[in-house]
Amino acid sequence: MFANIIPAFIVGGLICVIGQLFMDLTKASIQPAHVLVAFVTAGVILGGLGLYEPLVRIGGAGATVPLSGFGYTLAKGAMEGAQNSGLLGAFSGGVEAAAVGIAAAIIFGYLTALVFNPKG
Amino acid sequence: MGSKRVGNQTIVFQNPPFVLSGYNIVGPKEGRGPLKDYYDQIMGDTYNGEKSWEKTEAKMLETVLTGAATKAGVPVESIDFILAGDLLNQIISSSFAARQLGIPFIGLYGACSTMALSVALGAMLIEGGYAGKVLCAASSHHNTAERQYRMPTEQGNQRAMYAQWTVTGAGSLLLADSGTGPKVTTATLGRVIDYGETDTNNMGAAMAPAVADTIINHFQDLNRQPDYYDLIVTGDLGMIGLQMVKEILKKSNLNMGKNFSDCGVMIFSPKQDTHAGGSGCGCSAVVLSGYILNKMNSGELKKVLLIGSGALHSPTSALQGESIPAIGHAVSVEMI
Repeated sequence: MFANIIPAFIVGGLICVIGQLFMDLTKASIQPAHVLVAFVTAGVILGGLGLYEPLVRIGGAGATVPLSGFGYTLAKGAMEGAQNSGLLGAFSGGVEAAAVGIAAAIIFGYLTALVFNPKG
Repeated sequence: MGSKRVGNQTIVFQNPPFVLSGYNIVGPKEGRGPLKDYYDQIMGDTYNGEKSWEKTEAKMLETVLTGAATKAGVPVESIDFILAGDLLNQIISSSFAARQLGIPFIGLYGACSTMALSVALGAMLIEGGYAGKVLCAASSHHNTAERQYRMPTEQGNQRAMYAQWTVTGAGSLLLADSGTGPKVTTATLGRVIDYGETDTNNMGAAMAPAVADTIINHFQDLNRQPDYYDLIVTGDLGMIGLQMVKEILKKSNLNMGKNFSDCGVMIFSPKQDTHAGGSGCGCSAVVLSGYILNKMNSGELKKVLLIGSGALHSPTSALQGESIPAIGHAVSVEMI
């Protein structure tokens, strides 16, 4: 088990460190939302270039759970979709691949909002 | 121009209205702060039995409006005007609170300068003979303000170290043409000033030039020096804004002494981890109606100048990259 956890911890931790440095060292006008979008976009670009795949192989969930992993899934799905069903597949493949993540976010978000009250 | 108007921007009341009473209510975090002994009510949690934070804020405002009247032993029906404002769109907290009271209502928006603005205007109504008793109030709620101006707090965004913490609190003063207590003696209404700050987390920096401008005009118009007052407090500049104002004033040869502070700095202790201090309409409202009024009534403070500080941007203008216009309104309250 530790053979998986330790690399995941290191890879995931390093990705988060990059995000934190982004927040701390950039101008104040860089907001958390900018970092969020930048991470998804970076994941798409790195995924498309095949540079994110090695991180996933080493770090597993440490690389797929952060937002850059979501970008990587979009890119990977789009490329597979393009191979299987051409241009339309390039559009549908990304969302198909990320469907589990998107649906889970909506359903659990909804359930949480039903059950809990925000405490602020 | 009548003789009540002095210098560029200042009004001197000839029959200064009395502050009959004040009332306030704060959230649990404020209730653990350094000024905890001066609040009338401290809520156990941020909802206080309501279903939404917006409802809570309207209820808080209603509580302080009736509270000040009850404290002074004045029937609510005998009050001529309510002057109140808050931070929410269309100032719903104030309108919804006034809905419950059946008294002519003047809604104000001066962002966080609203408390000073309402006291200045309330005093003018009384001085002009248009009213005998006026309730002046303002409120803010951490969670309603954050979700409107920045992000919902439950999203858990990291806050910048120079960001301030919107105060959950409402405060009111009951002004009257006769009675006992401290008096509202002068008011210096501010100009809108914008030095181009665009970061909505850095309100102190955005507001500092406007507040400094009002302070300079106040002292010039009245030919007074800072040592005239026992206490000079700005509304909610926070630690960074207060430092900036001191520097601006120094360049204008106004050296502020130990009697100069900021409600946002006073309301939380550094241990409470609010970063640069408190902010919001409620900040100066609860410090004025709580700490300051208490100290004046007990004789420890005799002359106080409050300069409410407001950032006049909207969430939309901020998202479109507009800079933040700001304003400072000053009122002096004296035991004379």
